[in-house]
This record gives sequence, structure tokens and C-alpha cells, in this order.
Amino acid sequence: MKTFVYVDHFKGEIQPASWEAIGLGKTLGSVSAVVFGLGVDAIAKAAFEHGAGEVFVADDSSLEDFRAEPYASTLSVLASSQSPDLILFPITARTRELAAMCAVDLNTGVLTDITAVEIDGDKIIATRPIYEGKVLEKTVCSGKPVMVSIRARFFPKPEPDVSKSGTTTKVEVKSDALTTIEGYSASKSTVNLGDASVIISGGRGVSNNPSLTPPDDMEETDAEIWRAHQGFALIGDLADLLGGAVGASRAAVDGGYIPYAHQVGQTGKVVTPDLYIAAGISGAIQHLVGMRNAKVIVAINKDADAPIFSIARYGVVGDLFKVIPALTAEFKKKLEK
Amino acid sequence: MKIITCIKQVPDSEAKVKADSGRDALATVLKLTRTPDSEAKVKTDAGQVTWGDAPLVINPFDEYAVEGALQQKEAIDGSTVTALCIGPNSAKDVLKHALAMGADEAVLISDPALKEIDSVGAALILTVAIKKIGDADMVVFGRQTLDNGSGLTSAHVARILGLPLLGLAGQVKVQDGTVTIERVTEEDRQTISAKMPVVMSVVQSIGEPRYPSFMGIRKASKVNISVWSLGDLGIEAPAAIVTRTDLMNPLVDETKVEMIACETPEAIAEALVEKILAEKVL
Repeated sequence: MKTFVYVDHFKGEIQPASWEAIGLGKTLGSVSAVVFGLGVDAIAKAAFEHGAGEVFVADDSSLEDFRAEPYASTLSVLASSQSPDLILFPITARTRELAAMCAVDLNTGVLTDITAVEIDGDKIIATRPIYEGKVLEKTVCSGKPVMVSIRARFFPKPEPDVSKSGTTTKVEVKSDALTTIEGYSASKSTVNLGDASVIISGGRGVSNNPSLTPPDDMEETDAEIWRAHQGFALIGDLADLLGGAVGASRAAVDGGYIPYAHQVGQTGKVVTPDLYIAAGISGAIQHLVGMRNAKVIVAINKDADAPIFSIARYGVVGDLFKVIPALTAEFKKKLEK
Repeated sequence: MKIITCIKQVPDSEAKVKADSGRDALATVLKLTRTPDSEAKVKTDAGQVTWGDAPLVINPFDEYAVEGALQQKEAIDGSTVTALCIGPNSAKDVLKHALAMGADEAVLISDPALKEIDSVGAALILTVAIKKIGDADMVVFGRQTLDNGSGLTSAHVARILGLPLLGLAGQVKVQDGTVTIERVTEEDRQTISAKMPVVMSVVQSIGEPRYPSFMGIRKASKVNISVWSLGDLGIEAPAAIVTRTDLMNPLVDETKVEMIACETPEAIAEALVEKILAEKVL
């Protein structure tokens, strides 16, 4: 099967699931990577190292920032001339738009948020969770190329081999952007929950530390956020130690404790880390649908009846402001050995 | 300014959806359960899902779309908001919800021939309806749906119409025919602009969806919801390129929670760290 893998990156930072897509593609046949952007030689090199046999590159100032229209037009023209059977994407905000537009151009469809792939003859059958993961469906696409967007952390990542290289082919660039990028404001805390193998999340309870006294002249809402920031700092310490990411419930995001990018759940991010520690999160269904497929779930909550305990492997009824720092200290001790 | 917002009806989050293991080749049966003793059966017939008596709501992401549309209506005098939905007759309820929030008009596309549509098919139908409504300056979508969750439709629609896509808007401003949004992605916030007409998808930073007011609900009950068939749109049912071949229940982890109860936080930490390390997930 002739497979293309679109390597997604943001300002040169590669989405690791791109390599998982190459790994998946190689189990099906030959893999060509597709890299768009400006000054992307290093990305093309990394694609070879992760197993791509050839790399198609569109390196142009008009592609410096991701914009759906020119990226889609460039990819559609490439796919029309090269006729791959399958195009794999790591699922991100960008590739969702990119694949959706290419599907229109190429008169095909997108199998998205895929967690498993099987081959039946020449048919690709892809599995995806629907109804917030309550049911899994198997889907097929009768168009060509079949486009499949994979979720991070469901397919094995190939080990890079720095000795690998190959042929780079230049691609015709289509610069038909309809939007203008006026500027960026990098969020203070960048977070990639989708790829994190460890996530420590905080909820409403993170602002409830009674032992903290906010400055006298502080308004009540500001004081709540002030308390929450200190609570999230404890969570951040543990996350840093374990090489993990900081997540949050919607209540914590709505309370202004932490930016939206950290939100796990129905209107946030669906995550599948190996270890998920929920601190001060009661476990509304909207949160549970975003993290219940984590391998090991640990819940720390003051309320023994909190629904989060119903899906946790390990539970602690206690004060997160004491338990989290104790966990950090204990992990430090054990992991240093 | 003329704004169209595309919304969908979905089963409520609280509903328990289960695939029935005893399925046959023609019909796959989903069971929607609200509580263990009152089971609503949801049936998929050639891909078309019916919900039985399961609670159905406006797709929560689309409430933000309606909210975003109404904010722009309020910002620019003389604007109107039309809510547009594909679905069975029951989907009138979500259109009424949008009307009660403050939308001016509502259109339901309903046709028995719409058995099996994929996201591109839905987008094709929506684009024909958007053109029939006419003169749209802004088409607003939610980020994704709760049921199918593909999040592809807004980009399909933008591409088919050849309009700019302003995806994942957290804030929106319209000035002199240009729409400027703050795009919210994992990596950062971007400020992006495009000339109207535009297709947009919005995220929750747009602001909490307003509750329908008493006056709004009264007004909604008086608005006549237009119902268009595929014949009214002058199209046939689009053939599905993406189809479902099977439904399965996910593997359930039946492990009961193990509570770690010790006297001191240090003792809890010691016991818990030992358990976590034994899981070999670090």
C-alpha cells in the first residue's frame, strides 16, 4: 500500500504522533513523508530517521505559518499527481482542517480520531471512539486516497535511526490563502496533553487551601485565583518531576485558575496517558469522558463520595495540599535510587 | 449582517450508550440507557440512528456557536441570526432552543432519504441550504459534535463554498467587512483575519451560552420553523463515502478502586508511590 504521512509541526516543533503515523504506515507498506513550511530541512531529516523512504517537501514563505487553504491545495495537488492509497495524519487542530479540505478537493473522506487500523484485502478498516468513547465504531472509506487521522499514543513510535536518509522531492506550492495571520500571543504555559504519558490534573478543589492567607486588600475572586495558582504550582512540581503535563477540569478553567489549553474533558481535550492523577476533581461526566481511558487513574479528593473514585484504580480521601507535596517528595526519593 | 449558525441534536452526555452484542447484518442496535432500569433502545438502520426516548439536547459545542452568532448580532445593528439543522422532526427542539436564546429564524432540513450521510455529505447539504437562505456574511459552527465528534464539517463547508475558514475562534470582532478572531489551539493564540463572508468554528472561550429567557421561549414558540426536504433544495441524498461497518463496546476496566488510607500524608505517599511504581507506567 502506497502511504503518505503528513508530518504536522508548529513552528518547527514536530507533533510526535507524526512518527507514530510513519510507524503505522510502515506496517502497511512503503511510506513517503510530506513536510510543508518554511525552512523545514530538519523536519525532513527527522522524517527519514523515523522511517520515511522518501520525503515530499513544500518549502516556501507562503507556507511559513499553517493556513488551511494553501496547505490543503498543495497537498491535494500532490496527492492527485502521486495517487497514494492512504494519507495518514496525526490528529491536531491543524490537520483536522487540512484533511477535511483535502477530502472535498479529492472527493474522498476522512476517518478521524482513529485508535486502531486493520487491513481486510485492500480495504482499510479503522476504529474510532464515538459518543464520547461510549461506543467504538469501525469505519471504511470508499474514496481514494483513504485519509486517516490517528490519535496520539495509540500506535507505536518507531525508534529514530540517525544514519537513515533518502531522496527529497520538491512539491509545487499553491499560495491561495484566504486568511491573514495578524500575530501570535504564545500562551504562557504551552502544554501538549495529547502526547503526555503522565498528566496531573487539578480541579475546583485546588483553590481551597485553608492554610493560605491572601493579601488583605485582595478581592475575593482574585484571592481564589491566587490560592489556585499556588495549588497548581504544587501540581506543576509533581508533573515536572515525572516529566508529565498539567491538566485541569472545566471548573478550574472557568474559575480562571489555568488557561483553557489545559482542560481535559468533553469541551477540552480527550487524553489517554499511562498515569492520570486527578487532584481536587470531583469527576463530572464531562471530565470523565476525557480521561477514563488512561491506563492508571489516581484520584485525590476530600469527598469520599466524589464520582471520580468510581473510575480510579487508586483513591485517596484527603487533603491534596498535603498529599501532592508528599507524593512529590516520595517520588523524588524513589526515582533517585 | 446576516449570520447562519449550523447546529445539531445529540444524545445527552448523561445518556449511557451501549452497542448491543446481539447484532444482525441489517440493523445494529444501540442501547441508550439513562438509568439501569429504564433502557431506551437506539437503533441504527443503515447508519441512521434513532434515539428512542433517550434525552436529546442541542450539541453542547453548538450552544457556543449560537452564543457567538448572537454576540455578533448584538454588536452590529440590523443583523439577523438563522439557525440551521439537519435532522428528524424531533430536531425542531434544538432549533427552538436557538430561537429562545435569541436567533431570529430557524430552518430544519429533514428528509426520509437522509438515511446514511457522512460529514462531507452533511456539508454538501448545508452548503446548498446556506445558499438558499442566501447572502450569509458569516456561517458559525461549534467545534465538533458530541456524538460523532469528527469536527470536520466546518472545514468541508468552507472548502465547498470557497470561503475563508476561521477555525477555533475564541474571540470575534467584525470591522469594515473584515472578521478578526483569536484562534485558540494547543500551542498558542493566533490573531487571524479574513474578509467576509467567512465560515467560522467557535470554542468555549467565546463565552458561556446564555440561557433562554422567558420572553425568548415565548417568542420561539411563535416562530414558524421552515422545514426543507431535499426536493426543496433541489438535490439528491449525497452518497456516503465514509460508512460504519461495525459497532463495539469498549473494553471495560472492571478493577474496583483501591483506597489508600493511612494516618499521615507521608504514609499515604509511600504506599501510593509503591503501587504506582509497581504498575510500571513511569
